[in-house]
Amino acid sequence: MITIDNVSKWYGDFRVLTDCTTKVDTGEVVVVCGPSGSGKSTLIKCVNGLEPVQQGTIRVEETEVTARRTNLTKLRARIGMVFQHFELYPHMSVRANLCLGQEKVLGRSSDEANAKAEALIDRVGLKEHIEKFPGQLSGGQQQRVAISRALAMDPIAMLFDEPTSALDPEMINEVLDVMVELAQDGMTMMVVTHEMGFARKVADRVVFMDEGAIVEDRATEAFFGNPESARAQDFLSKILNH
Amino acid sequence: MGDFDYAVIWNNLPFLWEGLKLSLWLTFLAIIGGIVLGTGLALMRLSGFLPLSLFAATYVNLIRSVPLILVIFWFYFLVPLAIGRPIGGFYSALIAFVMFEAAYYSEIIRAGIQSVRQGQVHAGQATGLSYWQIQRYVVLPQAFRNMIPILVTQGIILFQDTSLVFVVSLRDFMTVSSIVARTEGRLVEMYVFAAIIYFIICFAGSMFVRRLQKAKTA
Repeated sequence: MITIDNVSKWYGDFRVLTDCTTKVDTGEVVVVCGPSGSGKSTLIKCVNGLEPVQQGTIRVEETEVTARRTNLTKLRARIGMVFQHFELYPHMSVRANLCLGQEKVLGRSSDEANAKAEALIDRVGLKEHIEKFPGQLSGGQQQRVAISRALAMDPIAMLFDEPTSALDPEMINEVLDVMVELAQDGMTMMVVTHEMGFARKVADRVVFMDEGAIVEDRATEAFFGNPESARAQDFLSKILNH
Repeated sequence: MGDFDYAVIWNNLPFLWEGLKLSLWLTFLAIIGGIVLGTGLALMRLSGFLPLSLFAATYVNLIRSVPLILVIFWFYFLVPLAIGRPIGGFYSALIAFVMFEAAYYSEIIRAGIQSVRQGQVHAGQATGLSYWQIQRYVVLPQAFRNMIPILVTQGIILFQDTSLVFVVSLRDFMTVSSIVARTEGRLVEMYVFAAIIYFIICFAGSMFVRRLQKAKTA
């Protein structure tokens, strides 16, 4: 469904992505990991065109994201995205956060949008918080709302950009649980994360990045059981052995 | 203070009130117009479309490097030339204030828009909202919330600046005060009185700003 083909990106003279090639098939869960500054977040933001690339092509289904004439607004409406810092609209209630896109982009009626919002918020266990504002919720709760907001658009795929990195440790699991459930429901997912437990549990493949390049791209078991590159071995030993 | 003649104020109260009404009304309309036009200029400046941002930048820099009193004169003489008939002091002053304040407001609003995190724009984009929808529903509401104290402060300055309309023979509060002062020969009383009224209104505005800022940090 998502194909990334030979993508490179520069910030001025600095090359942040180098010849990245990978893909996410329909129903697949792909985890992208690697040390900070390795370009993981940049890569995932290129998938829905939040960041432009200078070289290579990215396709989502039949749409070429990197083509100049592509209507990115239309494409983005079909891909859900969850951010490290939640990015809920702070001046709107949870309900309004979930309804805005449905009404303004998909043209749903207010009744329809509200019904969908209530169902989704109930599903992540936040029914009694639907009239609250984001500032009144914990980080874990906000991130669950953010996931619901993305799901309200009935996306064909979901992108997660370090969804648990800004959370206190005790709140990580409530967010991961929602993501695991989503993966088990067959959602196509590309997830930038350091949560290796999550990767082991639900990922079909793991993409390991370092210094802007994809170093390994392998089935989950193979990656954890027998990482090929020294850099991935080093990364895994640092992140797992403590 | 024994020589003070307070009756002069009392006797001329209706006349003074007319002047104050004009000052307040002009301030109110200029704030509204200035913010609307200023928002447009700020959005043009930030649009990333060179002709629009260049136009907005030129306008803002030009207006801001000219004294307000000159702008008031310009519109008093220019507008009748442009539309072929005189429009009177009030409307020409109003246009001048709106055009002038818009330049200042646009800089405040531009800073306010830039204070909204880039992630908020990304969130809007990721949902498939268009550029204008993101501005309308996501960025501007947050920007204005952050800016209200500065917008009010600018409004206070604007209120004081309305005293300049005497140059186009409008009778604002300052003008009527000095008319009374001179015709009644009570300069000290009238100018003290005018200062007190300006102080009360501006101080009330400042207190309002302080309360807003407290509410924001709470």
